[in-house]
Amino acid sequence: MNEFPTAADPLRLYEQLLLIRAYENAIVQGSTDGRIPGTCTSVGQEAAAVGAINALTADDLILTNHRSAGHLLARGADPGRLLAEVMGRRDGYCKGRSGSLHISVKELGVVLTTTIVGGELSLAPGVALAQTMQGRPGIVACFFGDGAACEGSFHESLNLAALWNLPVLYICENNQWQAFVHRREAMSREHVSDWGAGYGIPVQTVDGNDVFAVLEATRNAATQVRDTRRPVLLEVLTYRTRGHFEPDDQGYVDKAELAAWLARDPIALCRDRLIGAGQLSLTADAELIARVDARIATAVAFASASPFPSIEELTLDVYA
Amino acid sequence: MPTLPLNDAIGLALAEEMRRDNKVIAFGEGIATKRHELVTEFGALRVRNTPLAEGIIAGTAVGAAAGGLRPVADLLFAPFLCYAMDELVNSAGKLRYMSGGQFSFPLVALAMTGAGWGVGAQHNHNVEAWFVHSPGLKVVMPSNPADARALLKAAIRDDNPVVFLLDIGLLYQPGEVPTDAVPIPLGQASTVRAGTDVSLISYGKTVHHCAQAAESLAAEGIAAEVIDLRSLKPLDEAAILATARKTGRVVVVHEANRLCGVGAEIAALIAEQAFACLKTPVVRLGGPDAPVPSSFPLEQATVPQADAIAAAARQLCASHRPLTYPPMENSKCALPH
Repeated sequence: MNEFPTAADPLRLYEQLLLIRAYENAIVQGSTDGRIPGTCTSVGQEAAAVGAINALTADDLILTNHRSAGHLLARGADPGRLLAEVMGRRDGYCKGRSGSLHISVKELGVVLTTTIVGGELSLAPGVALAQTMQGRPGIVACFFGDGAACEGSFHESLNLAALWNLPVLYICENNQWQAFVHRREAMSREHVSDWGAGYGIPVQTVDGNDVFAVLEATRNAATQVRDTRRPVLLEVLTYRTRGHFEPDDQGYVDKAELAAWLARDPIALCRDRLIGAGQLSLTADAELIARVDARIATAVAFASASPFPSIEELTLDVYA
Repeated sequence: MPTLPLNDAIGLALAEEMRRDNKVIAFGEGIATKRHELVTEFGALRVRNTPLAEGIIAGTAVGAAAGGLRPVADLLFAPFLCYAMDELVNSAGKLRYMSGGQFSFPLVALAMTGAGWGVGAQHNHNVEAWFVHSPGLKVVMPSNPADARALLKAAIRDDNPVVFLLDIGLLYQPGEVPTDAVPIPLGQASTVRAGTDVSLISYGKTVHHCAQAAESLAAEGIAAEVIDLRSLKPLDEAAILATARKTGRVVVVHEANRLCGVGAEIAALIAEQAFACLKTPVVRLGGPDAPVPSSFPLEQATVPQADAIAAAARQLCASHRPLTYPPMENSKCALPH
């Protein structure tokens, strides 16, 4: 098992935020000229991913969804292999068969990524049941959005996890958007956590753009799941500052709302905090940014040089 | 040889596999109630009732399978699988491939289907072809207690997701079940009756209708061969082609809607690979493109019965394909004439 960045070194968290943003920007840039396929980016949501993932242990399993780059990179995935997967290349984590939407990395504990909205919720109790019945210590962290919370699978999943005492940490990244529909148009309640409480599950809501707040809240929630072997729901409030899928002109987005969230950019918030606390100098910041940019440049070069899978592989791995 | 109804043969297979491998668990809509002897032997953690929520039952089976268990999920009636389609088709069937082979899904989804109880179209819908059409899934539909037990044992041991369909009309029909407990490999058809004049290919309860038809045909001097496919994916193509080449006349029979049913695939397979051996066109008998009604006579009318099967076979044996081209030399045809 790899070594995971579970230490809460603030500079390390900050560097992860930078890495995710640089990775997503490289994809956005590459998709404008056709070098890289468009994806569902996690721009604006980096702190939600970094804070939550760093609160987990190496034993824990993660289920995620189509907007997964933040979770994967924070867990230690190699950006070159991720990009190779996005580009359909042989060196991708899934041999190029997934593309960006369903990347799983078993060796990192990122299992059963699905892009069916709510799919991860339907699978999480079973993964947790397997952990429990085989006496494994790790809990299951299931990442989903406010859109998935409107699927029936959310409600079925919470009910069963509560009923069977399954160690699932439900992490709802409420990014305010369900594809092209604002959550206000789709949800009968203001918060997803309101629904969780209805199943008798402990819930908490946290500012998802403050990486330190997310880290602390997730640590507390994960500890509660570990200690009680019962589910907990954490709702992380954030904002998808780019479109649903690249390219997207976001003509449907309320400009004032977007501006308000951009003013609370998670990376800028973290940087200001670190500089204010004397933990980061402007020089060190520039060095970090340069290091991350170089890493992404290397990743793009690696992925671009990776060959496509051979046609003979078309029907491999369909059956065990 | 002991005699058991098919439903009890299923219980026997579950108990045998749970005894053999502690990773095998069973949960579903009333399984702990209906098969309480399993709870007694294996405990309430390995045998569980669930909410009546097919999506999460199937999803939990998929997640548990990927996590190292071998779940058997009882989803009651096949039309309820509509609620479990995403979990079975999009997750169980696809995530192995899409992840580059990182995960396996050794699970069995059990469901009942077919005519016999007059339960109507929302409890009786033979949907096996949907799952045959879905990559990554295997599909099994036994016709008797001995096969049901041996096939379920193989399905539980298989590392792939298996949709295991139980014919309602056969559930309480007794049959001999051997004392040995050897699994039947999935993808192996059985020859129920050997014959040389016409092949009757089927699965599920219509295998018995084919056998009855063969009996009456024999009295008329027509030797019908009856093939029970047992598993629909993998499909025993070799057995299908062998019987087609042997008799040159084929009737494919199933209870499911004929339109895009499994019979269409079988007819196409024979047309593509054994055309030169055919003396007549392949005939398909199946249900109509209509929801199955509850009224008993109407329900029975959706199922190909022995008389209709015998009539179709008789007609094939009476007719000969007009030879519009010189006869082909084809050594694969067992009885060229």
